[in-house]
Formats: sequence, structure tokens, C-alpha cells
Amino acid sequence: MLCELCGKHQATTYSKTIVNGEYTEMYLCSECAKAKGIGINNIFSQTATDFSSFLGSFFGGGLPSRTSATRCKSCGSAFTDIARSGKVGCAECYSNFYEELLPSIQKIHGNIQHRGKVPTGASAEVKRKRDIEKTKRELEQAIKEENFELAVKLRDKIKEMEGGGNHDSN
Amino acid sequence: MTATEKWYEKSGEQGDVVISSRIRLARNLKNYPFPHLLSVQQKTEIAMKVKEALEQSNSYIAKEFQFISMSELSAAQTGSLMERHIISPEFANDRKGKYLLLTKDETVSIMINEEDHLRIQVLTEGLSLDKAYETADKIDTLLDNALGFAFHDKLGYLTQCPTNIGTGLRASVMLHLPSLQSSKVVERLKDNLSKIGLTLRGTFGEGTQALGGMYQLSNQVTLGISEETAIENLKSVAMQVIDNERTVRSQFCKRTETQDYIMRCLGTLKYAVLMSNQESMKLLSAVRMGINEKLIEEDIAKVTKLMIILQPYTLIKNAEKELSPTQRDLLRAKILKETLT
Ligand SMILES: [Zn+2]
Ligand SMILES: [Zn+2]
Repeated sequence: MLCELCGKHQATTYSKTIVNGEYTEMYLCSECAKAKGIGINNIFSQTATDFSSFLGSFFGGGLPSRTSATRCKSCGSAFTDIARSGKVGCAECYSNFYEELLPSIQKIHGNIQHRGKVPTGASAEVKRKRDIEKTKRELEQAIKEENFELAVKLRDKIKEMEGGGNHDSN
Repeated sequence: MTATEKWYEKSGEQGDVVISSRIRLARNLKNYPFPHLLSVQQKTEIAMKVKEALEQSNSYIAKEFQFISMSELSAAQTGSLMERHIISPEFANDRKGKYLLLTKDETVSIMINEEDHLRIQVLTEGLSLDKAYETADKIDTLLDNALGFAFHDKLGYLTQCPTNIGTGLRASVMLHLPSLQSSKVVERLKDNLSKIGLTLRGTFGEGTQALGGMYQLSNQVTLGISEETAIENLKSVAMQVIDNERTVRSQFCKRTETQDYIMRCLGTLKYAVLMSNQESMKLLSAVRMGINEKLIEEDIAKVTKLMIILQPYTLIKNAEKELSPTQRDLLRAKILKETLT
């Protein structure tokens, strides 16, 4: 494959840069890659969140104000147990101590909203919302690329998806 | 040799640098506390449920699994599973209540009652993350339908340690980076990678020393990023590391001194009478690079296989008897002599 920038040299660098979960992809020759600053050293020296340093201070912040008497109804763990051991007791703990856990989760992942697979057993609603969100992103992309034919199709698809469940409107 | 080939017996895509790809999914059943709060009896109960769920599914893959109670294995059998990357070091400790489901070709393993109730793992040769994920995803869906995994609308799949919530996905590739290792680039790379949410660490051996120039590159972040994006991200960074290794490697191997070193390594491997694991890893790493740079004519998969099977526990397991360190070094040298042409 030829370089997508100059179209002259053999592409040697496959570049996929991720910004906020979206990525741009390109095949470049070594010269163009260097010129664009997509060399290994550049990509790797990007200043992003340093995750490893957070692991050390995991749960190290101030403990929540709730008393240690509050225990998970399901497994009996108090939040102090979780903070001390670094181990969450059970799935229910995540709901019971959601507010307490959130700052650490934010620190570790830089994010507090799941965007991956949804089990088939989980509410169909989550999946529907996710699909709509995804299609909306595709629509934005299509508009950006001036692919209006696709954009119209996607817009109709979103309308249809959003109408799913309540047809009483109109 | 068995009819079913293992991942370390074949060379895959980008096989000169990428040894294998691994996908691991952390999953937990809804109605049980996480393993550290479970009794051995409850752990066994979970294991039986997982086993049954597999057996009752109509999936072709279900029939491929062997059910292993970890507490019934010898130390050598356990250690060898670890050396072959089928189980984690943590899983090898305190084996009561721990169970393993393993396919005959050793591609798919399910660790039961490691840190989480289930760790579904798929290991394939070469750069093959998509293929590995596809298999893991299928098994996950199949088991989820039967068992019901703990899931939260905002936090995704729930795990004992918050570092794994969300997708519960840890994707990794095993890379052979002898040139980046010897040119000391690796250390700088490690720091930079951690800034973009990836880790690079030695595959074999402990501490800073990466035996055989083998490294594991894996993702860190599991929440807020889809499986697809996490894998794409890892793949693209891996490709850059691979390109770098290749460039440095070919420059490196043009030097007469390097060529001399590589051929000496091959000589030692062929003619030594006693060979320690550490030394054989080091020499095989150089020879592997020599094969890739066409300085040596030999099957690359053979070398990778040697790196795996000459490890201490696997050596004992295959010999089917206890071996003293000296006996191991003798046997290792003998196998090398017989295998290398
Ligand atoms: Zn170019
Ligand atoms: Zn709990």
C-alpha cells in the first residue's frame, strides 16, 4: 500500500490516533510519518493521564463521610473494609457505595460511563440508547465528510430508533 | 507430539515480532460475593454451575473443554500451566476451590475463582486480537445467558477490583523485542506507554529483567472505552513498536559483531552440555532474531516452542519425574541439541 499523504512511497506506519474514543486512521510512509510527527517517539510522549501513578494512591484519598456502620445489604461489607483491602465485596457494593467509589473510579479510568458490550440479558433500553448514540456519532461523521446521502439515511434511522417503544406521538 | 497444535507451536501474523495475542474477560455471577468472600464450598458450587452451563449449551466449543480441579494437580503441572500462560501466577497460589476449564488445543481457558469468579481467556498465535476477541465474546455471551453476569448500567461489568470494571477486558500481545531491549529503548517506552493507558512488562522472569527479550503489551483502561476501540488502540501501538523493533533489528544485524554474536549463541545452544533456563532464553532470543534476519535457516516456531517447553516446570511435567537443577540443565541441553539442526 502507498502512503496516503504523498502517494509516492510505500506506507510503513499505520497510525491510529485516539482522541476521546474517536480515531483517525492513516497509512503513511516513514518520511511523512516523521513530518507529521506520528513517529513512535511522538505518539508515546503525548501528555495524557498517567494511570500507573493513580494505582498507587488508589483509595488513598479522604474517606467518605458516611459512618462505617453502613454495610452492603448483600455481602455485609462496610466501605471501610473495601477501602482497607482494595477489594470490593460483591456486585451490590457498587450500587450501595456508588458515591464513595466514584472518585477512585474516575481516577483509575478517567471515565465513569461504560461504553462497551451490554449483556443480552441487561435491559434492552440500555442497548437501544447506546445504538442511538452510536448512530448519532456516525451521522456527525457523515456530515463532516459531506456524505449527505448517508446522512439522510442515518437521520431517518435515528428517528425510527427514537420512536421505538412509543408510537403514540404524532 | 500431540495432533492438536498449541499457540506456541505455530507462527502467526507479524510472527517475527508478535508471538501471541491474548484476550481476557473478567466476569462475575450476580448472586455471589466476589471470590475473596466465598467459602470453598461456595466456590465449588460456582464451578459446577459454570461447567454445567457449558455442557448444556449446544456450542461446538463446549465439547472441547476439560474440567480441572486445581487442588488435584501437582506443583509441576500447575507451574507448567503458568509457564504456558494458561493460568496467572495468582491462580497457582492456594489452589483450593479453584477450577480450570481448558480446551484441548489450550486456546481457551476459563479460570474459576481467581480474583473474579470467571476469567475467560483466549490465546492465539501471532497478531490475532480480533479473532481471539471473537471467540472470547462468544463464550461470554453463551455463559452470560446461562448464568447472568453482574452488570451495572453505568459501570458495565462488575469486578472485584475497580481497575477491571466496564468491559473487564484485558487485551495483550506478546512481543519479541531483542533489539529494543539491548538498545535500552524499552525502559523509555514503558514510561511513555503508561501515559497513554498501556503497560509493557517482561513476559518471563521477575523484576526488571525480561527473559528472552519477551514483553507483554496490554491495555489498562476498561471503563469508558469499547472493546473494539481498546483493541484497535492496542493494535495500532503494537504495530508502531513492531516497526521500530524491525528497523533497529535490521540495522543491528548488519553489523559483523552482531552476526558473530548470534552465530556464537547458536553454537553454544547446539554444543553445550549443561544449559540453564536463563541462558537458554537469552541464547534462543538471539537465534530467533538471527532467523528473522535470515542469518540462520531454521523454523521460527521451533524456537518459540523451545522457549516455552524448556522452562523448569514444563520440563519436569514433560519428563514425568522429579528433576534436580543439574538434571534439568542436562536435559535442556539434550533437547536443544536434538531440536536445532
Ligand atoms: Zn508519504
Ligand atoms: Zn456487597
